[in-house]
Amino acid sequence: MPNMAPKKVPMPEQEPDVRNHNFEEVAQGYTEKMAVEEATRCLNCKNKPCVSGCPVNVRIPEFIAKVAEGNFAEAYKIVTSTNALPAICGRVCPQENQCEGKCVRGIKGEPVAIGRLERFVADWYMANCTEKAKRPQSNGHKVAIIGAGPAGLSCAGSLAQKGFEVTIFEAFHTAGGVLVYGIPEFRLPKEKVVAKEIEKLKELGVNIMTDMVMGKVLSIDELFDEMGFEAVFVGTGAGLPNFMKIPGEDLLGVYSANEYLTRINLMKAYQEGYDTPISHCDDIAVVGGGNVAMDAARCAKRMGAKNVYIVYRRSMDELPARAEEVHHAMEEGIEFRLLTNPVQILGDENGVVRAIECVKMELGEPDASGRRRPVPVEGSNFEIPVESVIMSIGTSPNPLIRSTTPGLEANRHGCLVADDHAATTREGVFAGGDAVTGAATVILAMGAGKTAAESIEQYILSKQN
Amino acid sequence: MFQIVKKEQLNSAVTRMEVEAPFIAKKAKAGQFIIFRIDSHGERVPLTIADTDAQRGTVTIIFQAVGRSTKMLAQMNEGDFLADFVGPLGKATELEGYKRACVIGGGVGNAIAYPSAKALYNMDCEVDVIAGFRSKDIVILEDDFKKVCNHLYITTDDGTYGEKGFVTNKLQELIDAGNQYDLVIAIGPIPMMKFVSKVTEPYGIKTLVSLNPIMIDGTGMCGGCRVSVGGEIKFACVDGPDFDGHLVDYDELMKRNTFYKEQERHDAEHCRLLNQTV
Ligand SMILES: Cc1cc2nc3c(=O)[nH]c(=O)nc-3n(C[C@H](O)[C@H](O)[C@H](O)COP(=O)(O)OP(=O)(O)OC[C@H]3O[C@@H](n4cnc5c(N)ncnc54)[C@H](O)[C@@H]3O)c2cc1C
Ligand SMILES: Cc1cc2nc3c(=O)[nH]c(=O)nc-3n(C[C@H](O)[C@H](O)[C@H](O)COP(=O)(O)OP(=O)(O)OC[C@H]3O[C@@H](n4cnc5c(N)ncnc54)[C@H](O)[C@@H]3O)c2cc1C
Ligand code: SF4
Ligand code: SF4
Ligand code: FES
Ligand SMILES: [Mg+2]
Repeated sequence: MPNMAPKKVPMPEQEPDVRNHNFEEVAQGYTEKMAVEEATRCLNCKNKPCVSGCPVNVRIPEFIAKVAEGNFAEAYKIVTSTNALPAICGRVCPQENQCEGKCVRGIKGEPVAIGRLERFVADWYMANCTEKAKRPQSNGHKVAIIGAGPAGLSCAGSLAQKGFEVTIFEAFHTAGGVLVYGIPEFRLPKEKVVAKEIEKLKELGVNIMTDMVMGKVLSIDELFDEMGFEAVFVGTGAGLPNFMKIPGEDLLGVYSANEYLTRINLMKAYQEGYDTPISHCDDIAVVGGGNVAMDAARCAKRMGAKNVYIVYRRSMDELPARAEEVHHAMEEGIEFRLLTNPVQILGDENGVVRAIECVKMELGEPDASGRRRPVPVEGSNFEIPVESVIMSIGTSPNPLIRSTTPGLEANRHGCLVADDHAATTREGVFAGGDAVTGAATVILAMGAGKTAAESIEQYILSKQN
Repeated sequence: MFQIVKKEQLNSAVTRMEVEAPFIAKKAKAGQFIIFRIDSHGERVPLTIADTDAQRGTVTIIFQAVGRSTKMLAQMNEGDFLADFVGPLGKATELEGYKRACVIGGGVGNAIAYPSAKALYNMDCEVDVIAGFRSKDIVILEDDFKKVCNHLYITTDDGTYGEKGFVTNKLQELIDAGNQYDLVIAIGPIPMMKFVSKVTEPYGIKTLVSLNPIMIDGTGMCGGCRVSVGGEIKFACVDGPDFDGHLVDYDELMKRNTFYKEQERHDAEHCRLLNQTV
């Protein structure tokens, strides 16, 4: 008889007023007992609606059944048969729109906590099994991967398992992409989780070369012609920050979210003993309403800001961030200034931010995206006094690769053109993740990396015959 | 890890190093830069590529010890390893098609100007170099410049070496004497680049300056290095570091570069490598 409790087993979390002063993980993970209890809420549905909601088709009811039996090792095997980075996805997937969004238990009450269970299984395995991955026999074919974000890592993992000799070229000094420079430690621990997942790839034989800005230090043509790679996967993400182009963005104290988060997460400006400087201030505004904005705001709070404002031009219903992150941000004391849009940033006599001038907005007719279009309310301008402003209004793909690779086409947003099999317009070059879709999600990037791995295998093997 | 294979003190504050970085050595062009990180706790710091030796796979940097990271770098020795050394970043300086150029350096900016002078000279352009310094004891690269230009003019602010005065005085003098430059490159302190651009503007001489805003990634992903050029936002690490000297908003750049002054002052006092106050 399944457990018919209408709610998920609650996740142990640090108290809001404690956690908003530290960078330790907010959600602390299920115990074995909690996991088993939650697992018994799953009805093991015949038609598996949840699986269709997962971009990499994790065999959800099967792994949950093993959790319910207490066979966590087997559950891990089932999860990792389709998802190479479960400890990460379990933490950061927008489950409400994906697997859990399709769960039948969600019709009356809360869906099964699929993400939490996935995380539990992965964490349990990392804590209890130290067995190294077996390095497969090499098939002698060399594949180059550009970018060590989720797309590149998952492509590398899939290919390495099949015996390909994979080299990842990463521009930064650490592999992980947004997982290390963007998503903060308190949501996704870097050493405990990300570095461990990457270590597993190395055990499979994946070679990671950091400090390699491709397009600058080596071109894709050189990878083919001089270094003997037979195929290339481009997973360079969408890391170029947009600014609003309003007056005052040159003032001291205006950051892109990328810069602010990179200083904190990758360069560890929040920790004693690291050299990278960062501004500390009492009042700070974050412009935008996505995951990135929530992360920047919650980091600012942890850096000691007293008042942190999310300035967003639409209403609560349109906030694109994951529901859980919005909820956490509110608990931590982030103030939401909704239906509010900045018109300029004001500075003092030294050129330092002193306020952000905003206008009130109201929602008009639906626009192309189906969301009601915000329109400014004439004469409603007001100032919010702040010493820093973080622009978190989206990013676009970096042109470095496409501008140095003849024959590689991009659309008008700068996203690489790739078909359903991740093939680009250039033979032997495949692409996926944010570089193709624009800013999206970790799991979609991983799915694309996996698809590309299959295409690359077919491409190389068919060329041989 | 990247090994320091040669180290040489050019003056009391400026050091030249050769670092083993074969991929970069093969690709780098005049005007491009690297970013280094001392160790796992270091910040990312940009330095211009002063020279390369593709055969030996080395990249030369010349830097002035001004704060925490550059002081630590100056403490390192031949045989030591840097955690990170990434490049070549930025656009190469566009040097094709000029007949007569004046390359102007100020202080350690001479190290940044040197590769452009060398490249122009090797492309059969007639090159005048004006190398400006505060005083005799900090003159660097005199012999190096001599090999890559037609005329070398050294100026010192206090007149202790070469000609007394600023590089702008010398430039004006050369223009007045009838020298017809089709390119001026000015690299040094921000005010110097600003005033050189003011000198050349009335004559419509194409003037390139190399900007040094605060950077992190150097690949266009943080926007921290943004500068205003001709009223537009540019990211110096990917759109530059060279820009049209007549269009740059120098005052804004100067302000932005002071943003972390307080923290940097504090940081500079303690050296992690020596574990002592310096
Ligand atoms: C702050 C923040 C929070 C987010 N939160 C979530 C979340 O909670 N859930 C979720 O699902 N998604 C979230 N996302 C989105 C998600 O992180 C991205 O969709 C995902 O990381 C995309 O993966 P990717 O591999 O395509 O690119 P990236 O992760 O961007 O990785 C690209 C990599 O390529 C490297 N690179 C770029 N150019 C070059 C080059 N020329 N040469 C060599 N290397 C290069 C980059 O340095 C980087 O390491 C968030 C994003 C941000 C910024
Ligand atoms: C493209 C470029 C090329 C450069 N080339 C050279 C060179 O060839 N030789 C040389 O001596 N110097 C060069 N510089 C300047 C050099 O990067 C700074 O002197 C160095 O960063 C100072 O760091 P610090 O920790 O030693 O000193 P700090 O005390 O931390 O800083 C001193 C000043 O340097 C600037 N600065 C600090 N951190 C950074 C950073 N991460 N990025 C950029 N500027 C920063 C700021 O204006 C700061 O006030 C270059 C800068 C750029 C942007
Ligand atoms: S990978 Fe993401 S979407 Fe798929 S089951 Fe796991 S949490 Fe759900
Ligand atoms: S839809 Fe929900 S209840 Fe049904 S199998 Fe999937 S997780 Fe279990
Ligand atoms: S240094 Fe980050 S965009 Fe230029
Ligand atoms: Mg410094």
